[in-house]
Amino acid sequence: MLKIENLHAEIDGKPILKGLTLEVNAGEVHAIMGPNGAGKSTLGYVLGGRPGYEVTEGSVTFDGVDLLELEPNERAAAGLFLGFQYPVEIPGVSNVQFLRESLNAQRGQRDEKPLSGAEFLKLARAQADGLGLNQDMLKRPVNVGFSGGEKKRNEMVQMGILNPKFAILDETDSGLDIDALRIVGDGINRIMRAPDKAVLLITHYQRLLDYVQPDRVHVLADGRIVRSGGPELALELEREGYAGVEGAAA
Amino acid sequence: MATKNAEALAAANKKYEWGFATDIEQDFAPKGLSEDTVRYISAKKGEPEWMLDWRLKAFRLWQTLETPDWAKLNIPPIDYQDAYYYAEPKQKKTIASLDELDPEIRRTYEKLGIPIAEQEVLAGVEGARKVAVDAVFDSVSVATTFRKELEAAGVIFRSISEAIKEYPDLVRKWLGKVVPQRDNYFATLNSAVFSDGTFVYIPEGVRCPMELSTYFRINAENTGQFERTLIVADKGAYVSYLEGCTAPMRDENQLHAAVVELVALDDAEIKYSTVQNWYPGDENGVGGIYNFVTKRALCQGKNSKVSWTQVETGSAVTWKYPSCVLAGDGSVGEFYSVAVTNNRQQADTGTKMIHLGKNTRSTIVSKGISAGRSDNTYRGLVRVAATAENVRNFTQCDSLLLGDQCGAHTVPYIEVKNPSAQIEHEATTSKISEDQLFYAMSRGLDQEAAVALIVNGFAREVLQQLPMEFAVEAQKLLGISLEGSVG
Repeated sequence: MLKIENLHAEIDGKPILKGLTLEVNAGEVHAIMGPNGAGKSTLGYVLGGRPGYEVTEGSVTFDGVDLLELEPNERAAAGLFLGFQYPVEIPGVSNVQFLRESLNAQRGQRDEKPLSGAEFLKLARAQADGLGLNQDMLKRPVNVGFSGGEKKRNEMVQMGILNPKFAILDETDSGLDIDALRIVGDGINRIMRAPDKAVLLITHYQRLLDYVQPDRVHVLADGRIVRSGGPELALELEREGYAGVEGAAA
Repeated sequence: MATKNAEALAAANKKYEWGFATDIEQDFAPKGLSEDTVRYISAKKGEPEWMLDWRLKAFRLWQTLETPDWAKLNIPPIDYQDAYYYAEPKQKKTIASLDELDPEIRRTYEKLGIPIAEQEVLAGVEGARKVAVDAVFDSVSVATTFRKELEAAGVIFRSISEAIKEYPDLVRKWLGKVVPQRDNYFATLNSAVFSDGTFVYIPEGVRCPMELSTYFRINAENTGQFERTLIVADKGAYVSYLEGCTAPMRDENQLHAAVVELVALDDAEIKYSTVQNWYPGDENGVGGIYNFVTKRALCQGKNSKVSWTQVETGSAVTWKYPSCVLAGDGSVGEFYSVAVTNNRQQADTGTKMIHLGKNTRSTIVSKGISAGRSDNTYRGLVRVAATAENVRNFTQCDSLLLGDQCGAHTVPYIEVKNPSAQIEHEATTSKISEDQLFYAMSRGLDQEAAVALIVNGFAREVLQQLPMEFAVEAQKLLGISLEGSVG
């Protein structure tokens, strides 16, 4: 479904990704783990199409389409979702308005009919309920005044509403207490666990993986995948830290 | 030729959708400005002697004045002799019904989406609401709708030319009382040559049964538009008034110098909303309207209230300070403004809140959005007289910058002569952030939609003051005005 080959990317001329290769098939959940500064968030931004992240070599295809040729909004319409580590505040724009416009923009690009206000509200309410987010949060400006945990849950509500084929979730677990972690984990499973969908979880810690079982775990260090394995790899890292794998990268 | 010119410009710059010209025959006053021009206009309108005298007095005063230069605006000298001061669509002198209106003019208003026909009732959210429209085409008011229904309520809604003849006492009583002839250069000029405009009178205790609206359209080339609006709300009356404006795209500058006077007596309330979308010129600053407008409200009565809401997206140059003189004890003045400048546009706009009465309150919320190589200045005065006890003012000025070649400036003047006053002033300047843009785009919005969404959020506090129909239009307009300003 997502095929990354020999990906090199830099920010302001500084190389961050240095030959990353990864393939995620439909129906799979992959976890990317690794130390700070390894390039985990950069990978998320490059896949999302953030300006300023320049790909200098390699390729990324999504369902056979050259992802790097697409604008961020076109990637979204193609079914890609990027869950932000630090969700952004948009003052004066309600969650409902933001998501309805976003969803209908995506539907427009896919030649689907826009959802009416009532249809959309029904969908949004169901997703908010599923993630234990107060209905009032839907009316509030996007992420403004939200706690860290509320912002992350709001990302999952957005994912539920936009219903992507492929989700890249960048440290969705950070800032969550143990109850919220379970709710978010359940949400990811409910929304994204399907034979025609896939997830790339970017995380520091094993704990989210207790709730969302990965099929594959990869260690990213110094811009490359240095080790891959099954769920047991995450447990090993939790015990022994990244020191060993970083040594392997060097 | 004029039409061709406009078409060529329209092809070059598709962003201004209202840039078409209407090909109709028009009567012009002789070019240039002299006492003869003033007499021509007055005669053309069949005005009484007192009106002509009033105009001539203003004209003689104007000749002694100099163009003000205190605003942060860079304007080439204007040749007042190189313009027409009066243009009138040629048609039968009086029309019995709207059906007789020149079909070309009707088509123009249809293109602009103005509901000039009575059967067109705009749908608001709380059921259909009626909006009465006075449409001013160049110098002349061409149609006023819903007149009978308004008359039943006792509301007078007329072009000012008609009102001068039909209600001379009311007009004479208030004309020039809020904005005196000698107020400023452009107000004096307007007093001499104003061509048409709107007169509204809401009698005591009457809540105007529908929103009143005037649509201004400059069509003819080299024509100034000088409209004059006078609204009087008698004791306990209420009216909501909307004003919209567009002009064809022309590569020369056109002058617009309007005067709006509002009077609110005891417990009366006037809500005045403007969506100004005059042609702003092209991306190199060629053409566009020079918009020099004097708008002022006199809250004469106790507990009266005037609320100005403006969305300013057009004009090459905007010079405009809708103000409130809070004379009546307990009176309230409000000013909500969104001013957008793009390309080479310049705006110097704000308000004056003059507190004279006791317990008077004012609120100022100004949102400036600058893009391209434009300059956007908020200039506001809060003055508290020695006699005014317990005054409160709250001012909030926020500026949003798109790109790094535009300017945002805030120039507040605060003069307080009574120690019991509470004055608050908050100001922020921010840039539209790449984080916000990327976040919105990653959810599916294209760049223009993302910018429009963020800007509308920024301006929300002001937009929500507008009546529903206007708010929707204004939101779209903000997006269109900023197209191509990022990336």
